[in-house]
Amino acid sequence: MRVVIAEDLALLRDGLTRLLEAFDFEVVEAVDNGPALLPALIKHRPDVAVVDVRLPPTFTDEGLQAAISARTEVPGLPILVLSQHVEPLYARELLSDRAGGVGYLLKDRISNVGQFVDAVRRVAAGGTAMDPEVVSQLLARREPLAVLTAREREVLGEMAEGRSNAAIAMKLFVTEKAVSKHINNIFTKLGMPPSDDDNRRVLAVLAYLNG
Amino acid sequence: MESGDWVRAGLRAVAGGVFAIGLGVLNLPIFVLWVLALALTPLPGLGSMLLPVVTAVVRWRADVERRLAARDGVLIARPYRPVPDRFGLVGWRRFRWIMTDPATWRDQAWLVPGALVGLSLGLLVVLIPLYGVVGITLLPLWLYLGVDWFGYGVFWPIQSLSQGWLSFPQGVLILAVGLAGAPYLRTIDARFARLFLAPTKAAELRLRVTQLTVTRADTVDAQAAELRRIERDLHDGAQARLVSLGMTIGLADELVERDPKAARRLLAEARDASSAALVELRHLVRGIHPPVLAERGLDGAVRALALSLPVATSVESELPGRLDTPVESAVYFAVAEALANVCRHSGAHHAWVSLRGADGILFAMVGDDGHGGADPQGGTGLRGIERRLAAFDGTMTLSSPPGGPTTVTMELPCVLSSPRTSHSSGTA
Repeated sequence: MRVVIAEDLALLRDGLTRLLEAFDFEVVEAVDNGPALLPALIKHRPDVAVVDVRLPPTFTDEGLQAAISARTEVPGLPILVLSQHVEPLYARELLSDRAGGVGYLLKDRISNVGQFVDAVRRVAAGGTAMDPEVVSQLLARREPLAVLTAREREVLGEMAEGRSNAAIAMKLFVTEKAVSKHINNIFTKLGMPPSDDDNRRVLAVLAYLNG
Repeated sequence: MESGDWVRAGLRAVAGGVFAIGLGVLNLPIFVLWVLALALTPLPGLGSMLLPVVTAVVRWRADVERRLAARDGVLIARPYRPVPDRFGLVGWRRFRWIMTDPATWRDQAWLVPGALVGLSLGLLVVLIPLYGVVGITLLPLWLYLGVDWFGYGVFWPIQSLSQGWLSFPQGVLILAVGLAGAPYLRTIDARFARLFLAPTKAAELRLRVTQLTVTRADTVDAQAAELRRIERDLHDGAQARLVSLGMTIGLADELVERDPKAARRLLAEARDASSAALVELRHLVRGIHPPVLAERGLDGAVRALALSLPVATSVESELPGRLDTPVESAVYFAVAEALANVCRHSGAHHAWVSLRGADGILFAMVGDDGHGGADPQGGTGLRGIERRLAAFDGTMTLSSPPGGPTTVTMELPCVLSSPRTSHSSGTA
């Protein structure tokens, strides 16, 4: 799988490269500033890009802006955005084209290598990887969620992070059948149209929470 | 201007004129009292007691004049030196404080000319419209029918019935001129008072220095406390965690050959500790300068904040470009504090934030539809906002009647640093 990395700190850039290469990714280019990112993405059309939000020269949100404009030029280009802090506002902007293949994670999550690589693969496959911190902030401010049971809220949270039914079942120690029953209940209670496609369903949930 | 507005303004000015006449008359006894008090100063005991009391009366009178002038749109600041601490109401030190303040003598110099100008302008303001009313009520006509020496306006004395009737249109005209002119006459009076009662350049500077000294001390205190808090948080939090992290990894290194299982457990522990340290650092950074503020400016940061609140909050912003970083930060934390108050105390279902920059002044308003009754003395939050803004010559006003709604208005002079225009609005 071909990857483009954008990260300005050499230590993290090299660490990410080494980590991804250890899991059989091919890092085709690792850039260290904002202006170089967009051309690199368009030139290589990687299977997935791992991008830091804050990049030189202005150290604002250039990584995020480059990611969003790259996706308007190459629709659905899978991009995993990393940051020292997460904002539901940025998540909303990343998800606004509803094309999937989007990840938004705290840099802390890299330390759990297995889960991180899993998230990169999921994004590359057109799925979603939302940071639990974003999801919990989104869940906290939606009052209609009171109609859900505690378990259903848990399942909703896992789903919003981008996990598949199988992964949710494994994490919550229940059967896949139980998970899909919970999901059906959630969709009925919140009045959302049901869907069999995992990725579509995740996007619907995030759109609902962001609404 | 609405057609009724000038009439209302005229009537207000006439009422002001009535006050001015009364107050102008009052000036004279006050002046006599003050001169007497001054003359009696050499008397032991009584002298240093009388003058402060009479001066208090003079200053009260001057303050009334300042308020009256403010009503007519002429702002006059109080020029007096601040009362030094531990002063009796009377006494030698207070006496000296009064005598060395130039504002005391300027007040004094104003009393008589102020009375003359106030009286004469006040009489003009009241009598011209009154004369108009006399004409409108056709009083001249009735007088003509009774005696033959009376006249009105241009006809003096009135010599025929038609001239008597003409007093009506003349009266209307005179009343209109009187009412339209009254506000201008009042303004002239207020401007005259300002010549004497406003602070001199030197006094203005002195007041400014006093104010700057206070706000600077506040800012320095707040900053020192903030640095101390950050130091403590780092020392007890992230720093301590990194020390323990190093120890855990060292131990795992020792064990990796003898007891690989235990080593793995220790490494997992180390990873958790590093996550915890990162979480703490993130909270700390957010408290110092929220990253989203650095990345998106005030507009974006307030929007991001609004998204994370439990109360639905709409943000409307009309800022011509980015603000200076310190101003941005002060306004952000002030808005955040106000919104935190909304979430904690107001019981509101909906809140709104409005950011507007115009003519070098930034307005930030935070409102909600809660139950109101917020008390600025109640908590440290609102006072903290005031202090934060005061460092930039900003002010905060709170309107929160019982039953709501509550509105906090913040206003501060600012320089917009970049010409980029951002105009947007939306609901979170």
